[in-house]
Amino acid sequence: MNIETVDEIIDKYRCEASYLIQIMLDIQSENHWLPNEALIRVSEKLEVPVARIQHIATFYKAFSLVPKGRHRVHICMGTACHVRGARRILDIVQDLTGIKPGETDLEMKYSLETVNCLGCCALGPVMEVDGKVHGKVIPGKAGDVLNKYE
Amino acid sequence: MSAITLEIDGNKVQVTDGMTVLEAADNAGIFIPTLCHHDKLEPFGGCRLCIVEVEERGWTKMVVSCVYLAAEGLVVRTRSDKVDRIRKTILELLLAHAPDAEVLKELAQEYGADKDRFEKDPSFCIHCGLCVRYCAEVKQKFAVGFVDRGIRKEISFIPEIAARECNACKECFPLCPTSYLQAAFVLTESLAFPAQQKKSE
Repeated sequence: MNIETVDEIIDKYRCEASYLIQIMLDIQSENHWLPNEALIRVSEKLEVPVARIQHIATFYKAFSLVPKGRHRVHICMGTACHVRGARRILDIVQDLTGIKPGETDLEMKYSLETVNCLGCCALGPVMEVDGKVHGKVIPGKAGDVLNKYE
Repeated sequence: MSAITLEIDGNKVQVTDGMTVLEAADNAGIFIPTLCHHDKLEPFGGCRLCIVEVEERGWTKMVVSCVYLAAEGLVVRTRSDKVDRIRKTILELLLAHAPDAEVLKELAQEYGADKDRFEKDPSFCIHCGLCVRYCAEVKQKFAVGFVDRGIRKEISFIPEIAARECNACKECFPLCPTSYLQAAFVLTESLAFPAQQKKSE
């Protein structure tokens, strides 16, 4: 992520410290993670200590301080999905991608995460890729869902 | 600033408005144990050890004295069975994190706390926030801060700032009740700026 993009985002919020979290969220959605240089830049321009930014970045699960893959795979582990076999979907996805929840593969293609409920329990088991919900996934078809993304 | 009168352990104490119960007790020479209070810092209410029983208009309740403002006619009891029991449990929980901290061991003896009551989880930091707040409020360097949350919360030095500021200051070192801060600093130093370490030797 280049520093100009970070500056643009900061300027959009008129350098106001009260918009700190919004700025961090914008950087996160632009870049999928928060690089150290970007945070230092935000700290300088908003005059907020890096320690405070780091506290916020580690506090909220929406932020990541490590690089994320191009596609974010979320597998629902909520009660409804769980009883409909979410565990098996997770196992299949782990086998196919070779990564565990919280990790990113070496090609930076997928980042895998488990979530506790996506709010569409009638569609369980649910997996979400890049914000798009795939419902009623059967273990044999999980690979097909992943293959749609390059 | 008007004066208010309250009663602490049976003694009439006069303090100015806006003071906390802990400060009022301190003024009257009554000792309340605390691990996160520091005269130069804003009240934090982190360790909960300064808990006392207060009675106001016939009602008693347990409050943390370092963040509870003194009020006219307040009756405070700094040692009662209930207070002692709560402090004992708090100490036992803190000892699960830092079983060898001298301050904790002394207090444990006083309150009869058993250091082995809870399963050990030696994170060594008890989250008193003294280092973090001292660096932010007194020194205004923000070289150390909290990261993560809940049971994973810990202190973390910002290597770029620590490399610049810490070797000349280290004023937070004696504040730490468990010595974990020093360990965290040495770790940051050896990972992020080992060259300086050699120079200072």
